Amino acid sequence: MSKIITSLDEVLEQVQDGASIAVGGFGLCGIPEKLIIALQEKGTKELTVYSNNCGVDDWGLGLLLQNKQIKKMVASYVGENKTFEKQFLSGELEVELVPQGTLAERLRAGGAGIPGFYTATGVGTEVAKGKEHKEFDGKTYILERGIVADFAFVKAWKADPFGNLVFRKTARNFNPTVATAGKITIVEVEELVGAGELDPDEIHTPGVYVQHVYEGKTYEKRIERLTTRKEA
Amino acid sequence: MSGREKILNRAVKEIKDGMCVNLGIGMPTLIADRIPEEFDVMLQSENGLLGIGSYPKESEVDADLINAGKETVTAKRNASYFDSAESFSMIRGGHIDLAILGGMEVSETGDLANWMIPGKMVKGMGGAMDLVQGAKRIVVIMDHRNKYGESKVKKSCELPLTGEGVVHVLITDMAVFEFTEKGMELVELQEGVTLEELKEATAASFIVRESVK
Repeated sequence: MSKIITSLDEVLEQVQDGASIAVGGFGLCGIPEKLIIALQEKGTKELTVYSNNCGVDDWGLGLLLQNKQIKKMVASYVGENKTFEKQFLSGELEVELVPQGTLAERLRAGGAGIPGFYTATGVGTEVAKGKEHKEFDGKTYILERGIVADFAFVKAWKADPFGNLVFRKTARNFNPTVATAGKITIVEVEELVGAGELDPDEIHTPGVYVQHVYEGKTYEKRIERLTTRKEA
Repeated sequence: MSGREKILNRAVKEIKDGMCVNLGIGMPTLIADRIPEEFDVMLQSENGLLGIGSYPKESEVDADLINAGKETVTAKRNASYFDSAESFSMIRGGHIDLAILGGMEVSETGDLANWMIPGKMVKGMGGAMDLVQGAKRIVVIMDHRNKYGESKVKKSCELPLTGEGVVHVLITDMAVFEFTEKGMELVELQEGVTLEELKEATAASFIVRESVK
């Protein structure tokens, strides 16, 4: 059975109202832009989304917010988005803020079959409220739970037909971790290569985690903060 | 010299040759340009880069290469890319020598508040709570007083905490403090500041190192 799909519509039929989705990307870097747009067009609602950020008003996960498709957002930083602010303050949107490293580790743990782990991150803060505290070697830690999502949306640079993935520069970010944490992992790539074309030594994510691979065309790759120095 | 200049000039002295350092978003990012050129320092960006280079020339801009402040950057020699879980293994596991972060409030017991003001829009803590628990040494830089002239160096923080007892060094436009088992200790006065002025401007109690008296 081939993992390669030529349209996202069919595979997104599986995503029902109320589904949970883990989404890769950091800011607008390395986001699965085609999957987000396709889900916006499909209009699936009541979603729980796990992602470090929530896009900007008119791009990335911000598109799903605008369309009021997200019920609950689990993220570490959401400061770039006015729609988010409006929906949060009006109570339409439920938000769980999670320290970035804890979010990454929760996804890693979920994908690795570990239901919970202890971390010092957040001890003594609001994040620790209601969580089990435990001392190890004289230091206090809190229990955090692993995350397994119904779906994972991933953006990679290259994939082969088995779903082996290679990421590019800092567009890697949450993507490999998210890929392990989805019951069904859907990956969009810039370039689909033939079987055997990726050196097994260069593969970042083995295809075992991946159910569907889609080759997207013409990536927009928006830049949030263009900063440059003068040409010498 | 402006207060900000004083803070940045003093903060860069915390960075030693050979260190792996995480600079927080905002004012701490400005320290990068002041690191002596002969130093071999690797700057870590929690989105997955160890070895941040300079900002790119216009012709080098790459949307796939940004720092944690979402600015386009370059990667320097010996740099590496990795995923977010690996990035925070590095941080949480104590492999980052130093983190320099901005602050809203610091208490005399070394508590830090820097992520949230109740009643204002909550943006999130990003990686700050992980950094203060994980990095080997935590330096906080901030103005000594807020815009109303009130001390940001407190007996205890009023804002929600980022971490409890996590600060090792506090650098303000008025002074430098270290946090040890003795408590909060004044170790340097910034140029032009007297001990009397500092005491007047500081809500926290602190001890004064012999060399400052």
